[in-house]
Amino acid sequence: MSSTSTSQSQKSSSADGAEDRRGPSTGRATDELQLVKVVIGAVGLALTLWLVANTFLAISYYPQWFGGRLVVGLVAVVAGVGGASAMFYFLNVFIDALPRRLSTGLIPYAFLLPGFSLVVLTLVYPTIQTIHYSFANRESTAYVGLENYRVIFSDSTFWQAITNNVLWIIIVPAITVIFGVIVAVLADKLSATGEKAAKGFIFLPMAISFVGASAIWVTLVYAYAPPGGAQTGLLNAVWTGMGGEPRAWLNISAGRLNSIMLMVILIWLQVGFAMILLSSAIKGVPEDTVEAARIDGANELQIFWQVTVPQIKTTIITVYITVLILVMKVFDIVYVVTNGSFKTEVIANLFFKEIFNNRQAGQAAAIVVVLLIAILPIMYYQIRTFRREEAGK
Amino acid sequence: MNAGKLADGRPRSPFSMVVMTLLAVLWTIPTIGLFITSFRTRDAALTSGWWTTLVDPFGTGWTMENYRNVLDGREMGGGLLNSIVVAVPATIIPIMFAAFAAYAFTFIKFPAKDLLFMVIVGVLVIPTQVAFAPMLNLLGPNGLNVSGEFIAVWLLHTGFGMPLAIYVLRNYMSTLPLSVIESAKIDGCTHFQTFWRLVAPMAIPAMAAFATLQFLWVWNDLLIAKLFLDQRNTTVIVLLQQLLGTQGQGAELVTAGAFLSIILPMTVFVVLQRYFVRGLTSGAVKG
Repeated sequence: MSSTSTSQSQKSSSADGAEDRRGPSTGRATDELQLVKVVIGAVGLALTLWLVANTFLAISYYPQWFGGRLVVGLVAVVAGVGGASAMFYFLNVFIDALPRRLSTGLIPYAFLLPGFSLVVLTLVYPTIQTIHYSFANRESTAYVGLENYRVIFSDSTFWQAITNNVLWIIIVPAITVIFGVIVAVLADKLSATGEKAAKGFIFLPMAISFVGASAIWVTLVYAYAPPGGAQTGLLNAVWTGMGGEPRAWLNISAGRLNSIMLMVILIWLQVGFAMILLSSAIKGVPEDTVEAARIDGANELQIFWQVTVPQIKTTIITVYITVLILVMKVFDIVYVVTNGSFKTEVIANLFFKEIFNNRQAGQAAAIVVVLLIAILPIMYYQIRTFRREEAGK
Repeated sequence: MNAGKLADGRPRSPFSMVVMTLLAVLWTIPTIGLFITSFRTRDAALTSGWWTTLVDPFGTGWTMENYRNVLDGREMGGGLLNSIVVAVPATIIPIMFAAFAAYAFTFIKFPAKDLLFMVIVGVLVIPTQVAFAPMLNLLGPNGLNVSGEFIAVWLLHTGFGMPLAIYVLRNYMSTLPLSVIESAKIDGCTHFQTFWRLVAPMAIPAMAAFATLQFLWVWNDLLIAKLFLDQRNTTVIVLLQQLLGTQGQGAELVTAGAFLSIILPMTVFVVLQRYFVRGLTSGAVKG
């Protein structure tokens, strides 16, 4: 790929005589034209940025000027998309009018700049700032050294949350991938209509929010009524139907049963996502490799383990890591259902309590830094994988 | 055994049929239960399980009251509007920024290209929690003073979605035929023209795939909306969470509220699901 783009740029500069006139040594008229273009580009860019910034500030400070909320949304879409395209347009006019060598060098960075600025503003800068805050007091006004870390590490709730997060990390991604593979493999053996229908049912929950899913499971599946009352939760209905006493399932911390019940909600939501990616990977397994194994007398299970699995390994890892990242910062389900009571606490919920309820910015930051450190190995792995892929191209 | 074959000649698999039917039913039960319960009166929902209505549909009290109460009394109507106002710009705006970046990463050679893309791969896994305290300070009363307004959440969702958008679009663009882009170069097109005329139209499946994911993510988000939006601007998901918190008097409204919060994203998902699968799997799986 690298060789093609070099030859590409050589071709364009030699094949296109018209653009060569842009060189700095040509006539005065073109030089002036280029200068005008530079000015138009620069002024246009500044004007666009000013206009867009003011539009967004106006709809924030004075929403009443704009009638309804939907108008505000519409203005945002128009200003956002229109502003972005105008910005890229003027950026392009500006850079294009610069001397040729300079402009080809600058164009890629101009294309990257707006996107990267947003990444830096909302992710890179806050990460550094959060690490910074983690060494400061609760109002982030003075340094306290490692005090925040000392406090959270000596808090038993923190260790309980860590234990639970580890459980979530061990259980949820693995079960999700296993279910995803089972569903994808079995669906592949159905008729086309049957496959479409079955997959449709299984990935519909993917569109449901964590809050919505929690509402569903709490009111319809895990609901509890005292003995004698009608059991309106499915689980207790089945349980009492088998002769058991009704149980308040979400209060049972023995064996972390309640945490596992929360995990079920997440698995229910995520299997569809796993299935989509895995199913398309399985369809990409060449039919002749399967046929060859079949002729050699392998049974379906052997074909699955020795032919299919090795060929979909990368997708399995992709899905596993995606779910893993999601699980490490799991918050909504725990917050909504138990808010960490009955030993169900997790790191992200603890963070929310510190920053929102207890107003302990320093300790909250320290908790996030712990989470960040836990995520570092995954980041390293992802970057390494990317580098290997690039090297292999 | 000819009867045991599918139309395309593959053998029929009874085992798959049984297990998949079972799983499909199991996966759908909770949603069906929600739908049924949302139309039941409070008394009916408290005295018998929703599944009894499947056997005896006329033996229970049906009502539309839950929906009426949740839309008017609980401001869910306004919440639904807010969710749309939050989600649509936060879905569309990042695509434009990301598409230009992805174009540069795919079709232009420049110094530090791999390093910059590694930054994108790296920030992809950063938990959004890192951003809350610094951004609350930056957007709050001591900073820009826009916290509580829609712009705060648009900005955050645009930034948080950007790494994934660049990643997905770049993966997809790298599967496009290079010859098309090269011939555009020979015709004297600038990168800007090549982007608008050729690459952007061809990358629409990947844009739709990202848009689907981002729309679901923004619509279903609780944390950012809760921290950065005033109550009058808040989304349907935050309202549902508040409704869940008021156990007791409003219990029968929870199911109606939950169903209302689900119906739009689910429709979007079903409509765009074909693109979703195509755009997301073309680069991601191969890569």
